[in-house]
Amino acid sequence: MPELGDILAGKRVVICAGSGGVGKTTTSAAIASGLAARGDKVCVLTIDPAKRLADSLGLAELGNDARRVDPGLFAAQGVEMKGELWAMMLDPKATFDELIARQAPDEESRDRVLQNPIYQQISGALAGSQEYMAMEKLFELHTEGDYDVLVLDTPPSRNALDFLDAPRRLTQFIEGRSLRVFMKPTGFAAKVAGRGATVALSVMKRIVGFDLIADLAEFFNAFSGMVDGFQARAKRVNKLLAAPTTCFLVVCGPQGEPIDEAVYFHRKLVEAKLPFGGVIVNKVHYPAEDLRGEADDLDATLAAKLGDEDLAHRVAANFVDYQALAERDARNIEHLARELRATGVIRVPYLDEDVHDLAGLARIDRYLFATGEERVAMAAGRA
Amino acid sequence: MIVTGKGGVGKTTVSVALGMRAAAEGRRTIVCEVAAQENASRLFEHTTVGFHEIELEENLWAISIDPDESMREYVLLQLKVRAMRDMLFRSRIFNYLAAATPGLKELVTIGKIWELAQLDRKVKSGRKYDTVIVDAPATGHGVGFLQTPRTFANIARVGPIHSQAKTLDNFITNHEETGVAIVALPEEMPVNESAALEHDLVEEVGVAVDRVYLNGLYPERFSKEEAERLGALAAGENGGAAKAAARAALSEFERARSQRAQLARLRRRAQAPVKTLPFLFEPELGPEAARRLSRRVS
Repeated sequence: MPELGDILAGKRVVICAGSGGVGKTTTSAAIASGLAARGDKVCVLTIDPAKRLADSLGLAELGNDARRVDPGLFAAQGVEMKGELWAMMLDPKATFDELIARQAPDEESRDRVLQNPIYQQISGALAGSQEYMAMEKLFELHTEGDYDVLVLDTPPSRNALDFLDAPRRLTQFIEGRSLRVFMKPTGFAAKVAGRGATVALSVMKRIVGFDLIADLAEFFNAFSGMVDGFQARAKRVNKLLAAPTTCFLVVCGPQGEPIDEAVYFHRKLVEAKLPFGGVIVNKVHYPAEDLRGEADDLDATLAAKLGDEDLAHRVAANFVDYQALAERDARNIEHLARELRATGVIRVPYLDEDVHDLAGLARIDRYLFATGEERVAMAAGRA
Repeated sequence: MIVTGKGGVGKTTVSVALGMRAAAEGRRTIVCEVAAQENASRLFEHTTVGFHEIELEENLWAISIDPDESMREYVLLQLKVRAMRDMLFRSRIFNYLAAATPGLKELVTIGKIWELAQLDRKVKSGRKYDTVIVDAPATGHGVGFLQTPRTFANIARVGPIHSQAKTLDNFITNHEETGVAIVALPEEMPVNESAALEHDLVEEVGVAVDRVYLNGLYPERFSKEEAERLGALAAGENGGAAKAAARAALSEFERARSQRAQLARLRRRAQAPVKTLPFLFEPELGPEAARRLSRRVS
C-alpha cells in the first residue's frame, strides 16, 4: 500500500481534484494540516465561496490574503504543530483585476478593460475563469516562494477536468486566432462601426442587437495589448503544473460514479503528462473480515447473546446492509486499483462522526498519513 | 421546478424521482439535464438521453440540453431564410463569438428550458408539458447559472437579446410558474451551504425556493438504551460476527443521531419547508431507487 507521506515527499504544489461532493475541501485541509504538523510551512488555497475551508479550520472567514491558523487550536486537539498552516480563499474577480493590472502595457489599456461593462459582468463568472484564477494565484504564490508547500482545493465543477482546460480556454478566449481578425484595423470592430459591414454581421446584428456586438468588439479590442503577456504566462503556469515537484491527487467517493470519474481523471492526467500522485477514496465502508459462514446464523447468535429477538433481528439486518455497502466499496476500489495498476489508492473510512472541524481533520490525518502497518492495524480495529 | 444543491447530494436522483411522481399523478412531465453529463441516463435503464425529447414511461419524457444544439435551434427559429442561417453558421466570426462569449451557453440552455415550458411551443409539433423539471448545475455554478439572463439583460441594454434575456429572467423569477428545490445532505457543511444557497437564491436571484430536500437520512433503527446494550455486547465479545454486527449497529446509531441534529439545524435555518428522503441501502442507485424515492417526494 502506498503511503501519502512518501507520495508527497519533495512536493511543493499539491492539487486536489475531483468532482463535487466527495470531500475535496476537507481532504485538502487535512493534507495541509498534516504536512504543517510535520514541520512544513503550508498554505491551503480554496476558491469555494461556501466557507467550507474556513469552517473546517476554525476561521471566521477567509480572504484573498493568506491567514494563519492559530497553532493553539491544534494544541487543543492534542496535535503538535511543528510547522505553520495558512489558508486563503481566492476572490476570482479581484485576482482577475490584479492580473489585468499586471499584464496591461499601460494604464489606459488597463482601465479600458477594467471599465468595460462586459468585463465587469463576466470577470467573476466567465466559463473557466474561476479555475484559471486558481491556477494564477497558485503560480503567483509559488513564484513568491513564501511557503514550503501549496495545497490547492480546485473549484467544484461538474467535470473535474474543467480546471485543467482552463488556462487553454481562457487564453484562447483572450488571444485566439479569431481575435486577431477583430483587431486588424479593417477587422471586426471596424466593420461593426459601419464601414463595409458584411452580410454575416448584419444578420448577427439583427439577432443580437447592434449595441451588444459593438460592446463585444470593444471588449475584445481592449485586450489587444495583453495577448503576448497572457500567452507567456499561461505557458509558465502549465510548466508549473507539469513540474516534478507538483503532485495531483484525485479525491473521490466509493460509489460507482465517483470511482468512474476518478479512473477517467487519472487517464486524462497521464495523457496530459501531468504528475499524478494518487487517489484518495473518502467515506469507505470497511468490511468486517472473515465472517462468511459465521454470519449465516447471526440472527440466532445475537438473540442468544442479547436475549432480545427483535433487537437481534434489527442488528442483523443492519449488519447485512452495511456489509453490502462494504462489499460494493471493496469492489469499486479493486476496480480503481486495477485501472491505476495498483499505485496510489488511499482509503479513508466513513467515520461515525461528521468531519467539519480541526478534531475531524486530525482524525482524517491519522488515516491519510498512516504507514502500511498502521493502516492494517486501524482496519482491524474497526472490523 | 429547478433542482439544485452542492455536488454529490443526489440532485439527479431527486430530479428523476420528482419527474416520476409528477408523471404518476397524471401530469405530462419532462426531466431536463443540463451541461451534457448524462447522469440521468443511469437512472433510466439503458436509455441514453440526448438532445431529443424521449419518452421514458407514461407521461414522462427526458432531454439532455446541449448548449450548441440549443444555439442552433435558436438561430433556426430566429432566421426563417435558409440562405441566411447557412451563411451565419459558416461565418467564422459567428462561430467564434458563439464559442467564446461568456455565459452564452448558459443563456441558450435556459432559453431551451423556457421553450419546453411554453404551452405554445416554438419548436414545430412540440409536445405540451405540464411540468418541466431541471437537474441544475451544482452550487456555486447554480446561482450564476440562474443569474445569466439578468446578466445578459444588463449587458445588452437594448435590442432583441435584451428583451429575450428579460423574458427568461421573468420566467425564472416568476414565483407562480417557477420554483426551486434545494437538495442537501444531513452533514454540518452541506447544511450550512444549503442555508447560504437558499439565501442567495431568494435575495440575489429572486427565485422562489419551494422546498429543501434533506437526502440520505439514515433510519433510526436503535434507541439509546439499545445502543448501550449493544455497546456492552461489543465490548464483551472477542472478535467474530456478533461483535462486528454490534459495532455496525453502533455506527448506524451514531450516524442517525448526528443526522437528526443536522436535520434540526436545517429546519431552524431554512425558510422553505424541509422534507426528508431516506438513505437507500443499495449499492448503486438505479431506476428502482428513483421510483422508491418518487413515493416520498411531493
